[in-house]
Amino acid sequence: MYDLIVIGGGPAGLAAAHAAWEKGVRKILILERDRELGGILNQCIHNGFGVKTFGEALSGPEYAARFEELVENTGIEVKTDTMVLDVDPDRNVYAVNPTDGYVTYSAKAVILAMGCRERTRGAISIPGSRPAGVFSAGTAQRYMNIDGFMVGKRVVILGSGDIGLIMARRLTLEGAKVLACVEIMPVSSGLRANIARCLEDFGIPLLLSHTVTEIRGDRRVTGVTVQKVDDKMAPIPGTEQYFDCDTLLLSVGLLPENELTKKAGIDLDPRTRGAYVFENRETETEGIFACGNVLHVHDLVDYVSEEAKFAGEAAAEYIANGERPRDSFSVTTSGGVTYTVPQKIRKDSGMKLINVYLRVNRKVKKGDIVVASAEKEIARYHKENLAPGEMITVGLPSVLLPVNSGSDTLNVSLEEIAQ
Amino acid sequence: MYDVVIIGCGVTGAAAAYELARYDLRIAILEAENDVATGSSKANSAILHAGYDPAPGTLMARLNVEGNEMAFRIAEKLHVPVERCGSLVVAFDENDEKHIEELYRRGVENGVPDMRIITGEEARQLEPNLSEEVRAALLAESAGIINPWDYTLAMAEVAVKNGAELFLNTKVTAIEKGEHFTIRSSKGEKFETRYVINAAGVNSDIISELVGEREFSVKPTAGEYFLLDKSEGGRVSRVIFQCPNELGKGVLVSKTVHGNLIVGPNAVETNRGDTSTTRDGLAYVQRTALRSVPSIQFRENIRNFAGIRANTEFDEFIIGESKSAKGFLNLAGIKSPGLTAAAAIGKYAGELLRQMGLSMTEKESFDDTREVVRFKELSDEEKNELIKKDPAYGRVICRCETVTEGEIVAALHSVIPARSVNGVKRRCNAGMGRCQGGFCSPRVCRIIARELGIDETEVLEEKEGSNILYSRLKEV
Repeated sequence: MYDLIVIGGGPAGLAAAHAAWEKGVRKILILERDRELGGILNQCIHNGFGVKTFGEALSGPEYAARFEELVENTGIEVKTDTMVLDVDPDRNVYAVNPTDGYVTYSAKAVILAMGCRERTRGAISIPGSRPAGVFSAGTAQRYMNIDGFMVGKRVVILGSGDIGLIMARRLTLEGAKVLACVEIMPVSSGLRANIARCLEDFGIPLLLSHTVTEIRGDRRVTGVTVQKVDDKMAPIPGTEQYFDCDTLLLSVGLLPENELTKKAGIDLDPRTRGAYVFENRETETEGIFACGNVLHVHDLVDYVSEEAKFAGEAAAEYIANGERPRDSFSVTTSGGVTYTVPQKIRKDSGMKLINVYLRVNRKVKKGDIVVASAEKEIARYHKENLAPGEMITVGLPSVLLPVNSGSDTLNVSLEEIAQ
Repeated sequence: MYDVVIIGCGVTGAAAAYELARYDLRIAILEAENDVATGSSKANSAILHAGYDPAPGTLMARLNVEGNEMAFRIAEKLHVPVERCGSLVVAFDENDEKHIEELYRRGVENGVPDMRIITGEEARQLEPNLSEEVRAALLAESAGIINPWDYTLAMAEVAVKNGAELFLNTKVTAIEKGEHFTIRSSKGEKFETRYVINAAGVNSDIISELVGEREFSVKPTAGEYFLLDKSEGGRVSRVIFQCPNELGKGVLVSKTVHGNLIVGPNAVETNRGDTSTTRDGLAYVQRTALRSVPSIQFRENIRNFAGIRANTEFDEFIIGESKSAKGFLNLAGIKSPGLTAAAAIGKYAGELLRQMGLSMTEKESFDDTREVVRFKELSDEEKNELIKKDPAYGRVICRCETVTEGEIVAALHSVIPARSVNGVKRRCNAGMGRCQGGFCSPRVCRIIARELGIDETEVLEEKEGSNILYSRLKEV
């Protein structure tokens, strides 16, 4: 019997396990499906990680190594090359690996930290033929940075998510010609810095409000057709441009990987596609916590580590003292706020400051994030340069919570400030 | 000298080989591509039809009903995923109701068991997600679903285990008819044989013309599909058809044997070999399917594909000896319900060859078995035993479908080994799930290179020329 099992040894899992150790939990097991710890960071060899956490820009493997080192210096047990096949609500974890075989582990608490996966060609139904040479950007990144292979010579990238942008630069540096980065939305979902450093610096055109409408090629991609789209995202006839290319990279979004969460009977929020959680990142199933990209897709790994720390500490608190009363506020959203994590805040959380992560649905130069309960404003946070691609964090002091107002909801909204 | 050369290793060719391998015959199967089941046999609705569609008295009707029974028997024996889930043809208006009554009458004449017409209410009790617009439905309990490429592979493997020789990447370019047939391939090989079976699917008219007059022409008709994630797999538990029209059996909604939801096909004339999907075609399929099952969540789509029907100018299958070449047996124009009928077509091909003068003596022993290990279907104890014997079964490579390295290695060294990433996918499901190989394809690629002793840049996604990787990164 373990105190804590952490599923996933990427940035979220490592930070959560370490935080729990620091709070005195001793029997901790991390289960990682890959042969090494570090998760997706291992293939992110570009730099820019850790500015918030460590005050310096690290590469992905370096960032992961910091946390791996922290974990190595504890008594936390790690099993790599181990795939979790099932989790149940009683915190039994069923896993398999080549040395132990098929094993059941049990724990007082479980932290879900499985990360996310990329959306595929199928998810957006790109018409055309089905040749080799269509990769999701992260898969291409793995082929290049882990396995050491070039995936193509003439490349079009669909989607301007961060991985796509990073790959545009990476492919160019390795000698490929990136013909265009095509984005169906009128704004990019990538970080502004990445658009400047990965596209603009290399003269790669960013075609906003455009999409790939046909893939051609029998055996290997021979080209793609790109069209402008109208405001309903439908391709406009007559705007076809043909790109002669051998590779199409897709950077069309990430999806939290919650198949195990569903197996454990935990409900998912359709907006985040992750579990509904309380302020301490505990799911609605007692003793099962979630953090990192499995809970909602973060834009910076620093926020993943931060959130994982809350989850790890909360799991430690749960292991030591049991469940806190669940009397809580439901968090609703309006005015362009697309979601919040947490979705529930306990009236008696025992926390001084509640970290709320949220995203907005549009670009806003200046705006206020307003927290209200029963029409009454309780907190207001001024923010600048808001964009859908960038996560927003606000720290809500728990003393402001209207615990005796009779209301059970908190609403988070965006108020745009006119220029 | 071969007794029989079979051209084409789709489900029809494989079924013919499976039947003929029981006899003391020297058999060769020539397949143009690098794997079996790469044409219509891999891209179709994967349905075992009950048999109420074909006109009574036709060969198609007989082979459909007989083939349905045989398919379930063979699939169970050879560990091919199959399920007798039943089907509904739904009626939205009075015309449709007349139509399903007509189908019912045909079914009775064709000898289809366990059919009845039910009301819309009854249909919705069976299938709660069915549209409120459905007024009545024809229920056929004998219909089912199957894994079509595994069915093809299973029959081909048994044929090969029993002595049939399979030649991949062997495209037939010429056939000379003298005392016997001399078949030449694009690679310059020569095959001499007494009898030829033409099971070349969409190209069967081209093959047939190599020995004589044009007797039929294939009019390739594409059908486009959506394959949805398992989260949608429970949307229906039977095959839901709409009333057929002149172009085909219409858009269906069905679960698959893997637990996904399949939606399609439409019917559009196309060129041979063109399996592209189109925006309009997919939109039509989506719109039409929602008429039967309005709650389908198309955002859960994981893959689109198109398959080609080998339609000809005839409604009937074209099965029989060529008029211009004795000893040349056409199994052509095998459109729907070709997958269902395949085993019966194979058996019938044997009878026809016998009538055509081939002497057939049964082998003393025929090994009609197939070993398949599917890790995720094993019990906990079986899993542990297997991992103890071979630790590679303890390493999960495909996360979405829980496929282990052991299974992938086995697929690369099986009776008809996989030669591509998609060949691996067809044999053990790696890469078939919701991430569509996003996580596992680099790992599968590496295993293929290691097991086949080739460079990773030589690893193919599918056909020859579909290399995944361009080169090594510039080396420092």
